[in-house]
Amino acid sequence: MDKPIRAGRRQLLQGAAGLAAAGLAAPAVHAQGAVTLRYVGTAVNQHAGIKEKVKEDLGITLEYIPVTSDDVVRRAVTQPNSLDILDAEYWMLKKIIPSGNLMGMDANRIKLVGEISTVFTKGEVAGRKIGDQGTAPIKVSYLPARDGKTFATGQTQWLTLIPTTYNADTLGIRPDRVGRPISSWSELLNPEFKGKASILNIPSIGIMDAAMAVEAMGRHKYADKGNMTRAEIDLTMRVLTEAKRAGQFRAFWKDFNESVNLMASGETVIQSMWSPAVTAVRSRGIPCTYQPLKEGYRAWAAGFGLPKTLSGRKLDASYDFINWFLSGWAGAFLNRQGYYSAVLSTAQKSMEAYEWDFWMMGKPAAQDIKAPDGTVMEKAGSVRDGGSFEDRMGAVACWNAVMDENDYMVRKWNEFIAA
Amino acid sequence: MSSSPPDRRPIGRPVAPLLQAAPLALVLLLFFVFPLLATAVVSLWNYTEYSLVPDVTQRNYVEMFEGCSNLSDGLCTTFRTYLSTLRLCAMVWAFTTLFGFAISYFLAFHVRSDTMRMALFLVCTAPFLTSNVIRMISWLPLLGREGVVNQFLVGTGLVDQPQDWLLFSDFSVVLAFVHLYTLFVTVPVFNSMMRIDRRLLEAAQDAGASGWQTLWHVVIPLTKPGLVIGSIFVIVLVMGDFVTIGVMGGQQIASIGKVIQVQMSYLQFPAAAAQAVVLLGLVLLVIAVMTRLIDIRREL
Repeated sequence: MDKPIRAGRRQLLQGAAGLAAAGLAAPAVHAQGAVTLRYVGTAVNQHAGIKEKVKEDLGITLEYIPVTSDDVVRRAVTQPNSLDILDAEYWMLKKIIPSGNLMGMDANRIKLVGEISTVFTKGEVAGRKIGDQGTAPIKVSYLPARDGKTFATGQTQWLTLIPTTYNADTLGIRPDRVGRPISSWSELLNPEFKGKASILNIPSIGIMDAAMAVEAMGRHKYADKGNMTRAEIDLTMRVLTEAKRAGQFRAFWKDFNESVNLMASGETVIQSMWSPAVTAVRSRGIPCTYQPLKEGYRAWAAGFGLPKTLSGRKLDASYDFINWFLSGWAGAFLNRQGYYSAVLSTAQKSMEAYEWDFWMMGKPAAQDIKAPDGTVMEKAGSVRDGGSFEDRMGAVACWNAVMDENDYMVRKWNEFIAA
Repeated sequence: MSSSPPDRRPIGRPVAPLLQAAPLALVLLLFFVFPLLATAVVSLWNYTEYSLVPDVTQRNYVEMFEGCSNLSDGLCTTFRTYLSTLRLCAMVWAFTTLFGFAISYFLAFHVRSDTMRMALFLVCTAPFLTSNVIRMISWLPLLGREGVVNQFLVGTGLVDQPQDWLLFSDFSVVLAFVHLYTLFVTVPVFNSMMRIDRRLLEAAQDAGASGWQTLWHVVIPLTKPGLVIGSIFVIVLVMGDFVTIGVMGGQQIASIGKVIQVQMSYLQFPAAAAQAVVLLGLVLLVIAVMTRLIDIRREL
């Protein structure tokens, strides 16, 4: 970009662009010219707002490559050279780390590493242990060495992912159609809602929702819902198949919009759901509750990983970006959408007090809560479903997972769909 | 194409036609034959959570047909999935053929003016100006529990309560398929019908044949190539589908395409490849039988 400006429209434009970029760039990067980072992940965290802010603050250009969560794994395992930053979920690590394609990130280069939520570093919320069934982040957060292919049991200097967002998932319900309090996962399979229930057709997550229901019905107590034995898989799928044959499910959903449409159109009144989908239904003026249940939540977490092949300027830029991500602005941005961010202390500083009280403390909104684009998400006086961060994350029962018997489980799931 | 004078023709095999065919042959080799062979090879590989292991193993085929020899507790998954897919395929084929034939017949024999015929034919293709995903999804608000059709039915008192079978059922899947694919039958059948010598119809009439006899003994035999080509389109499209069956069936109806998709998403490429090979074999078999019944090339 810093070629001498010669005659010709093209060169002039290039020169102009170069000057513009140089003017905006932060000093460190300015000295080396602009860096572009290829950012592969599901679209969940890939907001235009973050991209603009990164460009403004660091001079780094993020090239978003949105793919499905299946493709995140596939890319990381088969084409690690096609990306610079991987935005992966923690359960994916059980597939990705053995391939040796991710590097252990050096804790010494992450400024706020000590501030990262205890959900990740200790498996605790407010000093209390939370459920660790499934691929809990605490089990897969650390590597024994920079190029480790197995997970470390305790805290080490080498991190697999730096958390970006995490949340606790539960069932969404239509309170106007259900007409009575719902307090247990077992309601998902309650014949009262025959033909009006739905679960995800994503085997590894769907089976865990089913397991929550099976356990709540008292039919079986799992040692680890995120890592079932073959017998447990058989049992869970048998219960699901019975329910399917009895017409319990209206449909299964596979993506975000399907889940919103099923709920909004009244096809279903109770179903597994993601938090922003509930917000989407509510923003259409249709009552929808993200119902806290007594058995607890199924949680998930995502974070940034770096491919082993990354080096030099791109590696430095990636660390800069991750440090920036933890420094507050991005955390506040994500907290305002109902996710939780890795370093809560910095995010709090970037949020208004009333926003913090609503999203994190579970207090009634002192004024209208607005989405990043300015639309009203929640009216003044409303309270977040499930309450505060401690109430919600503290009640996590299990985590999205990959089972040891994954192959077998997928086969059984196909059997269930065919049944 | 080699119309060079005899005295300049090279001795032995002429080269020019080979060269002319080479680009297409290369493209087909690279993008059709090679991937197909790769699929067949990979179907014999082994795999783990995160890697493919080059090998010659029967694992994928064995697992696919696991429990299929034991019929005491119902059909195995693979057979049930194929049965479900074939059943949908048969229904869709029957309806698209019926409608495709009827529409073509009307266009070819009832519409008198050529301009009108072409205009109507273009009208048939108009829906194809929108993406087929949109054409499929637009059925959802129509057929849903609180959709337009149910509101109408309940409103007019034809039924007491909303009908659930309208959506996320075999009905909605077949409806969407027929909507999407009827044109694929209409076009080749229409083409065949337009080639029928009108004097044959007059001759049949002169010989005292009734309308139905003419249809059965003259029109249908002469449109067979179109019917077969249309059928091949529909069967191939439906057998491999997973999107339409997924969306319209509420993900509750099994299809081979869906099984393959799930396996791919869990990085079980060899298992998916094995499924694909079996599916390919079955579809080729169906096509072979159909082309055995009617020699398309001769009829064209």
